[in-house]
Amino acid sequence: MRLEAKYKWLPTPFRSLMLFIVWLLLNNSVAPGHLILAAILAVAIPLATFPFRTKQPLVLKPGKALQYLLMVLYDILMANIEVAIKILGPTRKLKPAFVKVPIDLAQSMPITILASTVSLTPGTVSAEVYPWPEDMADGAEPQQRYLLIHVLDLDDEAALIDTIKTRYEKPIKEIFAC
Amino acid sequence: MEWVISFLLLLGGSLVLVGSIGLVKMPDFFMRLHGPTKATTLGMACLLFAAMAYYGFYGEGVSVKEILISMFLLITAPISGYMLIKSAIHHRLDSIEPTSGKDKIEED
Repeated sequence: MRLEAKYKWLPTPFRSLMLFIVWLLLNNSVAPGHLILAAILAVAIPLATFPFRTKQPLVLKPGKALQYLLMVLYDILMANIEVAIKILGPTRKLKPAFVKVPIDLAQSMPITILASTVSLTPGTVSAEVYPWPEDMADGAEPQQRYLLIHVLDLDDEAALIDTIKTRYEKPIKEIFAC
Repeated sequence: MEWVISFLLLLGGSLVLVGSIGLVKMPDFFMRLHGPTKATTLGMACLLFAAMAYYGFYGEGVSVKEILISMFLLITAPISGYMLIKSAIHHRLDSIEPTSGKDKIEED
């Protein structure tokens, strides 16, 4: 895990890249004027907002991140079909459940990504992270954290936890190297 | 091309419809949340891609703003879902009888 970027003037390289792309998409052009403006904004905005943010781990494996994004998009497609079938099918057959998934991630950025992925994909909505970071005393040894999720139709709790851990948590751990 | 656009429009429309049906049909709050967070997101993405294809082929040139809209939808949908379910837990809303693992909710 690395918190500090290589260059001081570029504290969050990937956020800068995203800002650059978003600006070009917003203006719907790649004219030189917009390219220059986008580059200036991409450097200036992270620099200006950097002091307000808590330090988050940097993306260390961009290739893995792209791979993860594509995998999640595919999973969203599959999960949608699955959930659509379940919604249209008989309601009484569904077995809703709350499940606690132990997570090894500690920083809030990776946890947010994991929780969002879980919400968007396999028939689950993430509900809560235990224990709350604000409940922990300063400098206390971090405990095992849990992600509380609500499942629309639970078949096998252990298999679901295993899927989330190996399919989603492991690549996130690799991307941030934490 | 017209076929592709019509297909995307129909698919998007039906996915949004399924999400809304889920919102009405499900018995408790937690289950209701599943439709809008998933089906509706993809449905919106389909509709936006249809719009992109339409304006790309018949309109005033390629527009890529729709990609931006779907990106923001993908980022914000889980967050609003999370806020809703968090407040539901905070208000101790009841979930239906067969829900297992209710004891896993911690008191706050």
